Amino acid sequence: MRRVVVTGLGLVTPLGVGHTLNWERLISSQSGIRAITRFDASDLASKVAGQVPRGTGDGDFDADAFVPPKDQRKMDDFIIFAIAAAHEAIKDSGWAPQTDEERERTGVMVGSGIGGLPGIADGAVTLHEKGPRRLSPFFIPACLINLASGHISIQHGFKGPNHAVVTACSTGAHAIGDAARLIMLDDADVMIAGGTEAAVSRLGVGGFAAMRALSTNFNDTPEKASRPYDKDRDGFVIGEGAGVVVLEELEHARKRGATIYAEVVGYGMSGDAHHISAPAEDGNGGFRAMRNALKRAGLAPSDIDYVNAHGTSTPLGDEIELGAVRRLFGESMDKLAMSSTKSAIGHLLGAAGAVEAIYSIKAINHGVVPPTLNLENPSESCQGANLVPKVAQERRVRAALSNSFGFGGTNASLVFKEFV
Amino acid sequence: MSDIAERVKKIVVDHLGVEESKVVENASFIDDLGADSLDTVELVMAFEEEFGVEIPDDAAEKILSVKDAIDFIKANAAA
Repeated sequence: MRRVVVTGLGLVTPLGVGHTLNWERLISSQSGIRAITRFDASDLASKVAGQVPRGTGDGDFDADAFVPPKDQRKMDDFIIFAIAAAHEAIKDSGWAPQTDEERERTGVMVGSGIGGLPGIADGAVTLHEKGPRRLSPFFIPACLINLASGHISIQHGFKGPNHAVVTACSTGAHAIGDAARLIMLDDADVMIAGGTEAAVSRLGVGGFAAMRALSTNFNDTPEKASRPYDKDRDGFVIGEGAGVVVLEELEHARKRGATIYAEVVGYGMSGDAHHISAPAEDGNGGFRAMRNALKRAGLAPSDIDYVNAHGTSTPLGDEIELGAVRRLFGESMDKLAMSSTKSAIGHLLGAAGAVEAIYSIKAINHGVVPPTLNLENPSESCQGANLVPKVAQERRVRAALSNSFGFGGTNASLVFKEFV
Repeated sequence: MSDIAERVKKIVVDHLGVEESKVVENASFIDDLGADSLDTVELVMAFEEEFGVEIPDDAAEKILSVKDAIDFIKANAAA
């Protein structure tokens, strides 16, 4: 099987734009969670979110820098975030195909959990109030999930496989894993892969709040709201953004002298076959995804130094995941660092797996594991595990595993290894 | 109304993001101003909104240039 490496990184998150800036803010324990400001949240149960900072300041997201203003109304924000993250990742990789063959061997697989939810909400209101003749001809293409991949391919002329994953909160991880397999199987030499989400809207927050899935006890102290493993955690904090990587066949990357951040060595998947939103209490689904990823990687648990947890800060999920990690890692748990970066940015849903994969790769590159913010009093069952409370830790990371679990009982684990 | 032409041109400039100087009366939306078929649908909707007229689909299909739009509105706008 052909080997696949990561040669470009791109991030748009509540901590800001850019993978270098994100990392600096993440390991200095900054939080991107704020009170919701872009729409009226006064009647919503959860009034906090990880919102991408918009503006023209350092690290702010300026849509005009990526999409001309006249074209922005033709795409929902999830597409613009994806275009921006892809722009950074592609530039970072230095990959600029010159021939038709090179363009045909470069594909895109950027997924989303929900796609254009705000646009669908607006379209429904227009239909109801003004009738079908007032619906924009761009309503459908602005909301379709695979149009993120579509726009990226059109902008850059990438004519290889064009695909989009939709597996709720496992989307970003599945996209990277599946895109790596397309390269392994020789369907492409380079894949632009990741996840994007922009569902921080009244309909999105209202919908998750209806499931009683969101944090509601920290509306006055937003930065404290996302607190995985802590006794006071009370639900996840919704976030938005995009994470995109450039994946490349090893020899292809070597030949052009590309910077190699890490190798994609493991990818494991499983289904819970249990419940539409709750994880199976024995953690079996997550356990099998991790085990399958390690098997594919040919690594033992003792070879993994860092786990970037799914860890959403829900009362049930965090401890189930930790239990599964403990069972899999056994005695090597003593040396393992495991943290949830959702404590800093919230839950980016379909983008989460891709953003967290990039954070895991940065941990390998910098020899630093990012913290779990707000972990003041770990739950009983979390005692003894190194969950990197509040402050980043310096340590060598030879290989990192990143978990993503989605509604419907869909689980994905990725393993990245240092490239030497 | 003498300002119909100006209002049509402004809508075209705003929606297609083109230079004002390019929006001359005989300019074709698709051939000269870079619009695609979806842009032209949206333009017609904007004309309907601005001038309070309804432009049926068979008439909209014939509005291909700035002049076509101005002529239709002059003939059909209420005021």
